[in-house]
Amino acid sequence: MKLNWAAWAFVAPALIVIAVFFFLPVLAGFALSFTDFDIYALADIDNLRFVGFANYLELLQTPLFWKALGNTLYFVGVGVPLSIAASLGAALLLNSKLARFRPFFRVALFAPVVTTLVAVAIVWRYLLHTRSGLINYGLESLGLAPIDWLGDPRWAMPAIILFAVWKNFGYNMIIFLAGLQSIPEEHYEAARIDGASSWQQLRYVTLPMLRPALLLVAIITVSGYFQLFAEPYVMTQGNPLQSTVSVLYFMYQEGFTWWSLGRASAIAFLLFALILAATLLLLRWNRRVETA
Amino acid sequence: MRIILILVVAWALAGCKDSAHAPTVIRFWAMGREGEVVRQLIPDFERAHPDIRVEVQQLPWTAAHQKLLTAFAGEALPDVAQLGNTWLPEFAALHALDPVQPSVIDASDYFPGIWQTNVIDHVAYGVPWYVDTRLLFYRRDLLAEAGYAAPPTTWSEWTDMLRAIKQRAGPDRYGALLPLNEYEPLLAFALQQEAPLLRDGDTRGNFRSGDFQRALRFYREMFDNGFAPATNANQISNVWDEFARGSFTFYITGPWSIGEFKRRLPASLQASWMTAPLPGPEGASYSIAGGSSLVVFRDSPHKAAAWQLVQYLSQRDVQLRFHELTGNLPPRRSAWNDEGLRNDVHARAFREQLERVKPASKVPEWERIATDMQLVVEHMVQGSGLTIEEAAAEIDRRADRILEKRRWLLARKEQP
Amino acid sequence: MKGTSRTQWLLANGVLVLLAFFALFPLLWMLSVSFMQPGEASSLPPPLLPRSATLANYHELFERAGMGRYLANSLLVATAITFLSLVFNLAAGYAFAKLRFAGRDRIFQTMLAALVIPAQVAMIPLFLIMKWLHLVNSYGGVIVPAMATVFGIFLVRQYARSIPNELLEAARIDGAGEWRIFATIVLPLLKPIVVTLAIFTFLASWNDFMWPLIVLSDQAWQTAPVALAGLSREHVQDNELMMAGSVVTVLPVLLLFLALQRHYLEGLLLGSVKG
Repeated sequence: MKLNWAAWAFVAPALIVIAVFFFLPVLAGFALSFTDFDIYALADIDNLRFVGFANYLELLQTPLFWKALGNTLYFVGVGVPLSIAASLGAALLLNSKLARFRPFFRVALFAPVVTTLVAVAIVWRYLLHTRSGLINYGLESLGLAPIDWLGDPRWAMPAIILFAVWKNFGYNMIIFLAGLQSIPEEHYEAARIDGASSWQQLRYVTLPMLRPALLLVAIITVSGYFQLFAEPYVMTQGNPLQSTVSVLYFMYQEGFTWWSLGRASAIAFLLFALILAATLLLLRWNRRVETA
Repeated sequence: MRIILILVVAWALAGCKDSAHAPTVIRFWAMGREGEVVRQLIPDFERAHPDIRVEVQQLPWTAAHQKLLTAFAGEALPDVAQLGNTWLPEFAALHALDPVQPSVIDASDYFPGIWQTNVIDHVAYGVPWYVDTRLLFYRRDLLAEAGYAAPPTTWSEWTDMLRAIKQRAGPDRYGALLPLNEYEPLLAFALQQEAPLLRDGDTRGNFRSGDFQRALRFYREMFDNGFAPATNANQISNVWDEFARGSFTFYITGPWSIGEFKRRLPASLQASWMTAPLPGPEGASYSIAGGSSLVVFRDSPHKAAAWQLVQYLSQRDVQLRFHELTGNLPPRRSAWNDEGLRNDVHARAFREQLERVKPASKVPEWERIATDMQLVVEHMVQGSGLTIEEAAAEIDRRADRILEKRRWLLARKEQP
Repeated sequence: MKGTSRTQWLLANGVLVLLAFFALFPLLWMLSVSFMQPGEASSLPPPLLPRSATLANYHELFERAGMGRYLANSLLVATAITFLSLVFNLAAGYAFAKLRFAGRDRIFQTMLAALVIPAQVAMIPLFLIMKWLHLVNSYGGVIVPAMATVFGIFLVRQYARSIPNELLEAARIDGAGEWRIFATIVLPLLKPIVVTLAIFTFLASWNDFMWPLIVLSDQAWQTAPVALAGLSREHVQDNELMMAGSVVTVLPVLLLFLALQRHYLEGLLLGSVKG
């Protein structure tokens, strides 16, 4: 029993913090989403109404919610494959026997990951400037027309996707590197003896053995990308024409610009449901491929 | 033991003595240019009141409304703040403001219409700090080149002038600048109409009225005809440079621009710009009753000191000094009799327009409704395919949803 | 055969160089612009290097925009969080790994499930909780909720599992109390994960944006990223000033990373591949 008491003393502080400052708010948020908590309720709690599913139903009828959802799905649908492809490619290159100066490249390619998002989003905002930005200058020197990256509704989200890929392809690259390095050399030997080309080795040896890492990377990247917020906040404020309003940015506006906290909580839970669904889908896909 | 007791008592007394002499620090939040400039008025106040120190925090207009609400929610409001007068009803509804005591401020010297914008349910919650309205700033020389000696007084005159300017100007230059992320020009046109913007005791939107649609059509035609560029304010790198370059002839803005134009336009152009009241559908008409007020928050621990600061900033001479520094216009009639203001050529149009100003609305939700109005109109102008009727209906739909809580609260109040 | 190898070698390293350029160029440009004269960066054609380097932007940043205060806030907050969370997470992680108590595994699994929930779901009610605790708009509002994290506990537990039980048992038989065992035997063995977790936590809290944005409204308390975002909205035109702001915000964490990158990258792998 003395052991038990000591054990509780070890875990209690952390558990209390997590319970009070995470689990409790999550449950409270769930409850909030069934009320119309707003600025009036903040002034006088008597102005609070329990509204059941009204927030959720209303959201499903709000055009801006669907726009935000569409923007976010666009970001995830294009950004995640791009990011994974870039990190996988970089990892394959770094892992190949041909690569030199590996430590330098590893650090260089990882550097964007540790930088402060807000700071580098500001840098990219200037790089993407229509007239004086270097990216358009590069395009022009290649003979292409300049693009109004942050002013054209068609190009604003692609610009943010490009930035997001730059920011964290290094992270997944490291995970892939670890996965690649754990593939035993004998598998490649066996494949080579069977006459497999490099491409075939990639398809039949590397990728299947990388599946656990791929799954992990996919889950991390998908759930991370669904939480798109800082980039639109810093670079575009949701503009132009709300083409870069993400679900979280929408939640932030509802919650902290207009103080419709009930509605904002409903948005947060819808987002959570989305991420959960996506994660479960990925796990199900993994299980199916496994058993195949 | 007794020594310790004596020491403790002595220390406690010393502590009391210190705090009695420590100055009261009051926090004052001000926005934009006013926030930058008001710091210069503080030293004189602190000299006259040596027991009060003022900490000024300057907030950008783009973040101010949100920061104030966040501070309210977090119980972190300052003692005194500048509040845009359209925000006053919101904070009054939140019971956040300390009512104005007649002994502190005398209302009789203020323009009645302006003072009224601060009165909610017969109680004054703020003291007008400066008045603001929107009217035309224009390039006299460019207008003359297009063949017109005087500014427009009706919408049709204005349209003719814009057409003439556009013909001369070519594709890269425009008649007017109306940034799409600013709702004030459209609001002004709407206020020039008879019908109010909200109906049913301000519980539903009235944007589908023929009057509002007329204003919206006039606004939209500015862009359809190429008189104004369909851009946001942040896409224009420097408004004053563009004005100097003649990229546009007319600009709808407020009194702070008098100071900005005087400061930022080259000396050669100082004689070429002028102000004029807004043209109306049939002739001289209304504009927005804007401005900012000074408010003291109800939960402030230093209300007395805070009101002293408000009183100081409301003195006629201090207001005139403030006007000199910012170009903002004083809300006190006695200040307008000052020679400097009387002789300011650019302020004359404001004096005239201030006789014809209408407040937009006094519902707490107004800021949100206006933002949604701006978003819908921006979509429409940028070619989303919405017709005038559809846009008006959409704004009404959003306004109705935003006002739903207000309807419920009012209905509840009426129940016995 | 050799010829193909050579082209392949050039291709592989060439692409790597290109990727490294892609990764580093914005950061180097940021550094370069921060030393340019105000207005220089928006001239055409866009310059890559300053014509005559100047420290004016940094002066303006620290004297007018008060960046020193925000950096100090960030340092204080990140250090406090790192120190406190290390204490809480190490104790809890070790307990979950090596100590027996009622419901241990069930509690741990519930906590793991929490990893799926995005933090933003909790932010709104958390703001209200902070309000009732009078912690809004203060350092406490940022530090207190971060004092323990599921991820940190998870990492420590993973690592602590590899401590041989016999070591602990022997110490208990000798009559040592649990705290002594923790302090004298376990902590030294956990040193690698301590370093990794410290770096992780410091980086994460320095870079944290959304929660500090919500809870710190008063300029005096704002951390560097929040202040920087505010400045960027005010000073849209001041390219060079903003780059200087970005440099001073990014530099501390970049240097920390460069100095301790091996620990950081190893820790990343530990957390991701195992378990």
